[in-house]
Amino acid sequence: MRRIALILGLMLLAVPAAHAVQPDEILPNPALEQRARAISGGLRCLVCQNQSIDDSDAPLARDLRLLVRERLVAGDDDKAVVDFVVARYGDFVLLRPPFNAHTLLLWGAPFVILLLAVAFLWRRARQRMVETAAPNALSAEEKARLAALLGPEDKSSG
Amino acid sequence: MIVEIGHYALALALGVSVIQAVVPFWGVFRQDRTLASVGSSAALVSFGLVALSFAALVASYVRSDFSVANVVANSHSAQPLIYKFTSVWGNHEGSMLLWVLILTLFGALVALSRHSLPPRLRAGALAAQGLVAVAFLAFTLLTSNPFQRLAPVPAEGQDLNPILQDLGLAIHPPLLYIGYVGFSITYAFAVAALIDGRIDAMWARAVRPWTLLAWTFLTLGIAMGSYWAYYELGWGGWWFWDPVENASFMPWLAGTALIHSTVVMEKRDALKVWTILLAILTFSLSLLGTFIVRSGVLTSVHSFATDPARGLFILFILIFFVGGSLALFAWRAPLLRQGGLFAPVSRESALVVNNVFLATACATVFVGTLYPLLLEMLTGDKISVGAPFYNATFVPVMVPLLLLLPIGQSLAWKRGDLLGAAQRNAMAFGLAVLAALALLFFMRGGPVMAPLAVGLGVFLVLGAGFDLGERIVTRASGWRAMLSRARGLPRSAWGTALAHAGIGLSIIGIAAQAWSSEAIAVLKPGERLTSGRYTIVLEGMSPRTGPNFRAEVARFQLFSGDRELTLVEASKRVYTARAMPTTEAGIRTDGLSQAYVSLGEAQDGGVAVRLYDKPLILLIWIGSLVMAFGGGLSLTDRRFRLAAPKRAAPVAAAQPAE
Repeated sequence: MRRIALILGLMLLAVPAAHAVQPDEILPNPALEQRARAISGGLRCLVCQNQSIDDSDAPLARDLRLLVRERLVAGDDDKAVVDFVVARYGDFVLLRPPFNAHTLLLWGAPFVILLLAVAFLWRRARQRMVETAAPNALSAEEKARLAALLGPEDKSSG
Repeated sequence: MIVEIGHYALALALGVSVIQAVVPFWGVFRQDRTLASVGSSAALVSFGLVALSFAALVASYVRSDFSVANVVANSHSAQPLIYKFTSVWGNHEGSMLLWVLILTLFGALVALSRHSLPPRLRAGALAAQGLVAVAFLAFTLLTSNPFQRLAPVPAEGQDLNPILQDLGLAIHPPLLYIGYVGFSITYAFAVAALIDGRIDAMWARAVRPWTLLAWTFLTLGIAMGSYWAYYELGWGGWWFWDPVENASFMPWLAGTALIHSTVVMEKRDALKVWTILLAILTFSLSLLGTFIVRSGVLTSVHSFATDPARGLFILFILIFFVGGSLALFAWRAPLLRQGGLFAPVSRESALVVNNVFLATACATVFVGTLYPLLLEMLTGDKISVGAPFYNATFVPVMVPLLLLLPIGQSLAWKRGDLLGAAQRNAMAFGLAVLAALALLFFMRGGPVMAPLAVGLGVFLVLGAGFDLGERIVTRASGWRAMLSRARGLPRSAWGTALAHAGIGLSIIGIAAQAWSSEAIAVLKPGERLTSGRYTIVLEGMSPRTGPNFRAEVARFQLFSGDRELTLVEASKRVYTARAMPTTEAGIRTDGLSQAYVSLGEAQDGGVAVRLYDKPLILLIWIGSLVMAFGGGLSLTDRRFRLAAPKRAAPVAAAQPAE
């Protein structure tokens, strides 16, 4: 399903069937190129569906890849490059959403859910322990039935 | 004529489904057995009608009947027959018809199943399932009718999207839908149990085969989709954490939890309320997935159709079934009595831990998928949630689960011995650590996490193997005794071990991708390119003509080191009807690894070429197949032969205990 979707996405963009990083984009300096690839992997192709610019064929992704390399060649460090791109396109461009007031719930969710589940289980286990302390305790109704079955002489012990 | 018959049959199926949804409920309330059993016949008839309708659409496609709008939009007379056939579900309307076909097929299977179901439960489940069928049949007929005629009749169709003209389309959607829709049965049983107000181990035993069946197909469907993306998209990616992908992954995670919780319920009569809730949630996630894919809210450029009316209709269906069942749950669940007690250290507790982690993992994917939508609605902020987020949240939730898996698997029911279970796994753990250390040593300078992940995979595989081995091998008994013991093990034990080993294999495959490599260059004939262990030499390029496309094919000699492996062809196609280009990667399997070649643009008298070395990548999908095979094997366990005829039952029971 997703692949169908992705394909359709690619199709609608009507891009030429090329893929991602083109040979002419590659920087001569392998260390810089490697940093460029790493940075590109975390930046979203703005016109694609959850694809990084490193994976995307879209012309805009190519422009961004070139931009990243330009900044690297100009001597920016990785953070400066990302900040530069974010300043232009906003947080939307980051595939790893920043941690701030608006994403607190997003980042916190897995851990909060896990904590809640553990707390719930712990409470349940304790309840169970209290219940099982008197394992065969009968309900009032059951006691009454038992008493009726056993006859009047057992009423006192019921 | 055929088209009208199909249309009419579909409308008739809607009517029959209304009967299936209403009459059995009434029968249950009136304590009328005859009325209650109407559900079975209605389910069968409804399936027959939808099958007829589906056959009519298939016939229109195969005969290229261009008077049908749907056929025109998605088919071409020059298509190979297989793609004419698969084009049926390569579009919104047709895939909804497939959805409904599978839905009614499951209803029919429940009606036919000779499993000793309590009649009230069967009636209730069929009615609930009928209600789902009513909703989706109405949706298909009202908003997505595949039988719309067209006048004037065009001479030629617009062809199917070229990227879908692939064997993958023949296999992937049907598998995925059987998985998605299969969970409607567990949902229906949960609703029936809530209405009945009674639930016991019998319920779990009735539901488990359906859950296993749906899970097995969903596993296959997701794995197939992933492999298809890998070879078709031309850049070697295989999982993208895309919303549409997550849409199928969430029911899988919840379904996996459900399989495990029904085991506890079946064996120990515990976790009942949770299991019911999980059954409801799993199908709700399937519905959510359908909504996400079909409405296009999250993937506006992605879905087949972004018609707001359709989105709204499915949203309404979603709210009705999720909200309705959850309300029913809130109302009736307190009536269900909790069963079997167990100690904090026991197989039951281990499975509870499994459920906690799987539910958390599922919730993480859920939040990650829907958060951007909600945030944008509430604050206008646009954010992206991509792979780095899931790597930072989903993975840390899954790792402890998988680390604990072999230990939980060797704990006893009711009260287990943690130390003993740990000892039993010490050997597997030790070997896994050795494997990780060896990798760290030999692959010095490489990624650090990957060897640890490989170690985890090895631990899972060995843990599963040793667990089986322990039950088969005992001291002072010959191989003959072991063989008979192996044969005597229930198939579900083999299934469990295989499924767990399968996860291990997949994890090894995933981890090994940290060592994959990629090279990009412009090649002219005779020039070479090396990536990792593989080298290619471009031999030449030549044009080729297919039935409905033209291709430019590049031939490469592939070497592994100095050893010549084979000739690899990668090509670029242009499909004539839509004038749309696609890339066909050249893939050569070398053991479990693959060399992957794909073509880019022609430039400077050469052509842009990418070569990947993908070490052990096949393990990702082999692991998934092993998982699915494990699920299938459990399904054939003697306890619940699905839909086995009643007459066969005494024979099976009469077999000597092996």
